[in-house]
This record gives sequence, structure tokens and C-alpha cells, in this order.
Amino acid sequence: MSSDTATSTGRAPTVYVPSSEALATVLAPGARPPRPSPLSASLTFSWRALLKIKHVPEQLFDVTAFPIIMVLMFTYLFGGALADSPRDYLQFFLPGIMVTSVVMITMYTGVGLNTDIEKGVFDRFRTLPVWRPAALVGMIVGDVLRYVLAALVILGVGLVLGFRPDGGVLGVLAGIGLLVVFSFAFSWVWTFFGLVLRSEKSVMGVSMMVLFPLTFLSNVFVDPSTMPGWLQAFVKANPITHLVSSVRAAMAGATDSSAMIWIVLWSAAFILIFGTLTMHRYNRR
Amino acid sequence: MSRRTSGLAIEAEGLTRSFGETRALAGMDLQVPAGTVYGLLGPNGAGKTTAVRVLATLLRPDGGQARVFGHDVLSEADAVRARVSLTGQYASVDEDLTGTENLILLGRLLGLPKSAARQRAEQLLAAFGLTEAAGRQVKKYSGGMRRRIDIAASILNTPDLLFLDEPTTGLDPRSRNQVWEIVRAVVAHGTTVLLTTQYLDEADKLASRIAVVDHGRVIAEGTPGELKSSVGSGTVHLRLRNADQRPEAERLLQTTLSVPVQLEADPVAITARVGGDGSALDASAQAARALGELSRAGIVVDDFSLGQPSLDEVFLALTDRPAGPATDERDDELEAAR
Repeated sequence: MSSDTATSTGRAPTVYVPSSEALATVLAPGARPPRPSPLSASLTFSWRALLKIKHVPEQLFDVTAFPIIMVLMFTYLFGGALADSPRDYLQFFLPGIMVTSVVMITMYTGVGLNTDIEKGVFDRFRTLPVWRPAALVGMIVGDVLRYVLAALVILGVGLVLGFRPDGGVLGVLAGIGLLVVFSFAFSWVWTFFGLVLRSEKSVMGVSMMVLFPLTFLSNVFVDPSTMPGWLQAFVKANPITHLVSSVRAAMAGATDSSAMIWIVLWSAAFILIFGTLTMHRYNRR
Repeated sequence: MSRRTSGLAIEAEGLTRSFGETRALAGMDLQVPAGTVYGLLGPNGAGKTTAVRVLATLLRPDGGQARVFGHDVLSEADAVRARVSLTGQYASVDEDLTGTENLILLGRLLGLPKSAARQRAEQLLAAFGLTEAAGRQVKKYSGGMRRRIDIAASILNTPDLLFLDEPTTGLDPRSRNQVWEIVRAVVAHGTTVLLTTQYLDEADKLASRIAVVDHGRVIAEGTPGELKSSVGSGTVHLRLRNADQRPEAERLLQTTLSVPVQLEADPVAITARVGGDGSALDASAQAARALGELSRAGIVVDDFSLGQPSLDEVFLALTDRPAGPATDERDDELEAAR
């Protein structure tokens, strides 16, 4: 078959003959526009992330189906045993499972970056004279939309099952806001691993090894006061615990200022350390 | 200041780069004059792709220096990036996006306002015969179309230097011709092209100068004609009327010329290298003598030509082995870089 028929439409393809006039019009050197600002370049890259969602909507599966399964599974698994009823448990549990699900989704940022690089399109991005972190910032901004979507799906399921937050709309929005800020910062851990590790599979493997203990050894599922001392020490230091405490407080209409300060510090540290490591790696290869 | 610069587009001295045990670049020197197509010719794994990636600021060399239009690829990477474009061996566009979206994305990243980026995208798609496929995802494009959208993306900002890394590998002959036409048009408009290829005829047809690369080093450099004559022999191609006369023709040629004679796949074709070392006569005299012997023996020759050796033969003479496949460089690099 001819080279120009990629899809089997059945009609005869028009053969492309390079025309020197047509090529001349596109090859005439024009004035070069000034390079875009860091913000504009990052937004352009997040537009790319949105286009990818448009063309490959299946990728939203992990921000919709996965969170729904998490909420249903754990609410009915633990609800009766840990509280009087699933509905009672949900008042305590929903902010925690929201944090768990969204934080787990952050690992797809690393997986996505790894695949992108494998395909070679980043070679072109890295030869563009734009602000260096823009490609990665844009990618994570696109992912933030997925985090928001996952949080809203969980909230929806929670409300249907009987979650009634005392903090009202503002409290819930503040809680989701905190979660999204932390997740944005936390994503830089995965961009680093996405650049360093060999394959998509190893990125997944490492993420799971980090995420499982981090989310389970926390105050997501139960009150840590019944845990042995050494475990309590870990749980208290765990950023996920601080995040859950502050999201829980916000949704209940209160403020946990010490947890909030911890979250700000953790977020800043993730961006500073892993953002720098990521960019170092991105520039060096 | 003029956008186009005369003089040298690329100057590289002693570039080295290793990936683990593999020495991809082992002291490569390059001088690429501006405004020409310069061919880097060599087998897979010779170091061509690594050289391109160093020059395009994608990879740091372990040692040596490289300047693109006078800008150092390490300390002035941004200035280099503003003037170059890369069409890699692997698709350097986003396969999930459509042709239009890819070009608008790049236009925006190069600083064009939205409407100008769209207009530029449409222009490019039309010039590259992709208007019909504009709204289709690139992953649904054929090999030839994919190459074209890739090159269109690379000339979006009319770069001063375009890297084409094996632009026709895996393409059918017609798509290959289309790419060649495009390359000729690009260079005619003042863009310097650094072309890597493992196809000798491609370097021969497109490049005004060629560097033959092997084991991370330039082992010969010059115009295609210079490279061929440096090997110092010509080739006689003969086509006989009767295939059954070929064995006798072979024997005659061998005895009169005392040179290697090659039987081609075509049952009437026969090839002999003449004018080699130690021969008293020059190539044309030898060829004339061979023709005389054949006609005396009653062997009818339908077609006769005396030409320079092919670049294939040049490569063989330079490296003592044919230009064959080896390992895939970028895979080595991805392996080692992690």
C-alpha cells in the first residue's frame, strides 16, 4: 500500500508532491517572536495535558472508578467494626480516604512522565528556548485538575452515603484546597522518580512501596492512640497524618493550625528538594 | 544582525561521551559550514545520534567542546536552542495529539500569539500535504506522514540549523524522496542541515560534505567526490546479452585485469573494481582492455559503464567491514543514563 494511506478509508489517496512554492512560503524566515513568559509556557504545557485527556479519556478511569471503589470498600469493610455503623464511620473516614486516593493518584504523574520521555517528545521540548521547568510544571498543573476531579468524585459518593460535614461548603472547599496544594508539591517526588527510573513498571513499583506505608500507617483509617509507641512515633511524623488532620478539621468547620503549618512546611520541602532534583536530572541527561 | 550566518554552523573538538562501558563518542571533531547539508554517515551505534544530542543541547559531553554559531552548547545552551531544531530518530511530536494541535502547541511555546500559531500551523500542514490529516491524531499517521509532521514541527521557527537524525530510516522509497525534496528546499532557504544517515546513497545525493563516523570518531571527511577518489579505484559495470556467457566473461576479466570480479544478482550483470593499488594502468585503460578482450571472445556487451566507487565501497575500504547494523544507540543511552 502507499505510504499516505494510514487509515483504510478505501478512497484513493492523493499523493503528496512537495511543491517548492508552498515550501518557500513556510520557509521564509519571519521575525522571531519574543520567548513566552514562564507562566505562559507552563499554561501551554497544561493545555497539552488537557488535550491528552480529551483524546485519551480512558485515563480518567483512575481518578473516577478507583476512588469510588476505595470509598465503598473501606466504608463497609471497617464501618461496622470501628464505629457503630458505616454512616458514623464515614464522618471520620471520608476526609482520610479522600487524601489516600488523591495522594495515590499523584504517582501517575511520574508514570506519565516516564512514558513521555520514552516516546521522545520530550527531546523536542528540551530543545526549545523556553523556561526549563515549564514542561513539568504544565504537566503537573494538568494533573492537579485530575486531583480535583478525584476529590469531587469522592465527595459526591460520600454525600450519597451520608457524609454530612459540619464545615459546610466553605469547609469542604478549604479541605480540598489543602489536599490539592499538598498533592501538587508531592507530585515532584514522582517527576524525579519518573526521570531516574528505567521503566514505567519500576516507577509504579517504587511509588507503591512509598505510598502504601505512608497512607496506611497514618490516622486515615483509625485513631492512632491504640497503636504501639514506635508506630505512633512514625504516624505522628508522617506528612499524610498532618494532611488528614488538617483536612478533617477544615471539613468539620475547625482549624488545626499546627497540622496546617506542617503541611505548608512539607509542601515547601517537597517542591524545594524534589523540584530541584527533578530539574537537575531533567537538564543533565 | 543577519539571521543567517556565514562561516561555521558547528565547530566541535574532541567530543567524548561514554555510557557505562560504551564509548559513544571517542574524540569527535566536526566543522560544519553554514548553509549546506552536512552528512554524518555511519552504521548504527557509530555515535551519530549521540553527537546530534550533544550538539542539540540534549546531552552533556564528558569532554571536548562544541559551539553552534559560535555559542557554546553547555554555557550558552539557551542561545543555541533559539537557533536550532531537532527531528529525532523517534517521533518528536506528541502522538496523542492531532497534527494541528502539535503545531499550535509548538507555535505557542515559541512565543506566537494564538491566532498566529493557528495560521502558521495551517500553512505548514498545507505545504507538507497534511491538510486532510490535520485533525487526526498523529499516532494514526503513516510513517511518511509522521516524518513530515515531524519536520514541519522542526521548521516552525525557521531554524538556522536543523538536525535530522536518520530522517528516512524505515520509509518507503516514495516517502524517502519526499523527505529529500523537503531537505533540499530547507537548505535552499538558508538553513544549515546536519543529517545523519546510514544510507550511503542518501548522503551522496543530499550532502555537500560528509563525515564518515565509526566508533565515535570521524574517520574520513570531505565532499562525496573526494571520499570516493580517496579510495583510489573505479568500478566497471557490465551487462551481457547472454547470461550463459557470464562464466566465461568472469574468467576473462579475472585473467586480463587481475582484479576482483563480482557477479551481481542480475544474471547478466558483472562488476569489477579497476585502477586499484599496484596496477600499471589507470582505470579507463584497464576498462578498455577488458572490453577488447570480451569482444575478441565473442561476448556481446549491452551496457557498459565506468564509474567512481560507491560510498558503500568507500566505507568498506575505510573500515574493512561493510556498513552493517550494530546496536541501537539511543537505547544504549537510555539504559546507561538511568
